[in-house]
Amino acid sequence: MTRISRRTLLASTGAVAATSLLPQTALAADELTVGFIYVGPKDDFGYNQAHAEGAAAVKAMDGVKVVEEENVPETVDVQSSMESMINFDGVKLLFPTSFGYFDPHILDIAPKHEGVRFQHAAGLWSADKHPTNVGSYFGYIGMGQYLNGITAGHATKTKKIGFVAAKPIPQVLLNINSFLLGARQVDPEITCQVIFTGEWSLAVKEAEATNALADQGCDVITCHVDGPKVVMETAAARDALICGYHANQSPLAPEKYLTGAEWNWAGVYTGMVKTAMEGGTIDNFVRGGLADGFIKMSPLGPAVSDAARKQYDATKAKIMAGGFAAIKGPLKDNAGNVIAAAGQSFVEDDIALESMDYLVEGVIGSTS
Amino acid sequence: MSEDLGLWAVPIAMLGGAIRVSTPFLFVSLGECLTERSGRINLGLEGTLVFGAMAGYAIAFETGSPWVGVLAAAIAGAVFGLFHGWICRFRGVNDIAMGIALMLLGIGLAFFFGKSYVQPIAPDLPAIPFGWWSDIPQVQAALQINALFVVGVVLAFAMAWFFKNAALGLRIRVVGDSTEAARAIGVNPDGIRLWSTAAGGALAGIGGAYLSLYYPGSWNEGISSGQGLMAVALVIFARWNPVMCLAAALLFGAAGAIGPALQTVGVTSGYYLFFAAPYVLTLALLILTSTPGKAQEGAPGELSITK
Repeated sequence: MTRISRRTLLASTGAVAATSLLPQTALAADELTVGFIYVGPKDDFGYNQAHAEGAAAVKAMDGVKVVEEENVPETVDVQSSMESMINFDGVKLLFPTSFGYFDPHILDIAPKHEGVRFQHAAGLWSADKHPTNVGSYFGYIGMGQYLNGITAGHATKTKKIGFVAAKPIPQVLLNINSFLLGARQVDPEITCQVIFTGEWSLAVKEAEATNALADQGCDVITCHVDGPKVVMETAAARDALICGYHANQSPLAPEKYLTGAEWNWAGVYTGMVKTAMEGGTIDNFVRGGLADGFIKMSPLGPAVSDAARKQYDATKAKIMAGGFAAIKGPLKDNAGNVIAAAGQSFVEDDIALESMDYLVEGVIGSTS
Repeated sequence: MSEDLGLWAVPIAMLGGAIRVSTPFLFVSLGECLTERSGRINLGLEGTLVFGAMAGYAIAFETGSPWVGVLAAAIAGAVFGLFHGWICRFRGVNDIAMGIALMLLGIGLAFFFGKSYVQPIAPDLPAIPFGWWSDIPQVQAALQINALFVVGVVLAFAMAWFFKNAALGLRIRVVGDSTEAARAIGVNPDGIRLWSTAAGGALAGIGGAYLSLYYPGSWNEGISSGQGLMAVALVIFARWNPVMCLAAALLFGAAGAIGPALQTVGVTSGYYLFFAAPYVLTLALLILTSTPGKAQEGAPGELSITK
């Protein structure tokens, strides 16, 4: 939907003039204005809600003003939103939170605004290619999906679990692979059927995909779409158990909910804002996992057995201790290519995982 | 829990998809069919659909009854229709431009009022298990049929009969085909169009309630993804015939289920292509069914696009 707001209208005309007029101050200031941009609604039970909860924590800080805009598509629209936040609201620290905002949009805008810091979730920032006022941060939520997979592996009776995925980007593929590999810790016979919907948010298609998974006999279903509400409700209605993603969805079907991998942005965002206010430099490349408080798990639901709980707790303790690898050899992808030889492993913070382009053996699906 | 059906899973999924996904298409296209038969176009039905989805969900949540939600959605749709009908009776008003304005208004209002209803969980409409005769869970699931779908099917046939045989149906057609002729036989074209547009809006509102209260069964801002617009286009495809609207809606629903179903039986590459199936199918059928000489067959004469 085209949104013609004061913001977009003025941005396109006034942007050039305004940049030269406004003083370019350093990040350190008495009052800091922070901007958050979301691709969907702030209360979607999912990705955007998780970020908005982080923004709410920032809003509660002293001396910080927060401006937010939701439903901003990953098109040139986000450039106008960023320009207007910078030029008219005086934003010095920006969090454009959606994957597709990075290239080319943030990369286009950032060089024009040296004094503004752009923090992008999930982007692959690299020092030799990208501007220094751009940073990227993300959490190792694949580990959460690995733990989801362990509860799913214990709960499945058909030995088939299902995954509704939006697009085949590295983060999504890592989640799918981790979910299956977690389940295979319980039983190596388990397979995972994946269905790609092609879009981050497409309610009817997500419901159809969930029904198709249930038709194929998948009895534990999780997803990676922006708003998991439809998938969770549809799966529960088809009597499948569910594992959550992005935020806690257990209120949607408490009896069917095993556990869920959730973001925990509040601590991360307030930390970054604090650094900026004190005049410090935010690292360009920030990552963290369960142990760093970047992600958290939903409380285990009533359908989780004692055996599952035991293995879940043990694995979680290993992940918390650091150095745990979900992707480890011997491992092949589902086309038969060797991903990791025996003894080789990719620990959660291995940068190679962020350019993942394969589905592991046992995942039924294809990346294109 | 489920049996492995192999390739049979695809036709069963298409059957299920046709029944699950088609209802909003059906109600919106029947509503538009009625409105266009009276000689007016209402492109605003996408907005009405989204607003109906929001209103139905909100009222169902507040009252605890999904049927009260459906009623509220119908009333909200009728109000939108009346507004469109009332504005369009003024001289010089273009109903296409007005419809687009109304579409944006409906979506905007729905987003505004619906903000606080994204999180709550409203009661769903019940489904009737028509699959009791089968032991196969997939067939049982595909034949979970919502009462609104049954109403829609009956309505399609009733509307066809109504246009052909009922006195009021004939009056609507006369108004749609020629304003002058209608005036000559003493029928008030403005009144007929006003109420046809209102009834069309009410039907679109019910289609919206089906989206939020049954399938996919929750309110969010992306719930419609353009289904209302496609349904308006289906009317042209269906040649302004209610029974053909039913067929077109079923076809669209079934085609939409192909993409996900094929991925589960192992046809995993090229899913973007299969997701385009409904549109490719529509284009192909339009080309096949139209010959240059009779392209506008069945079109009401007073429609602003055919005049």
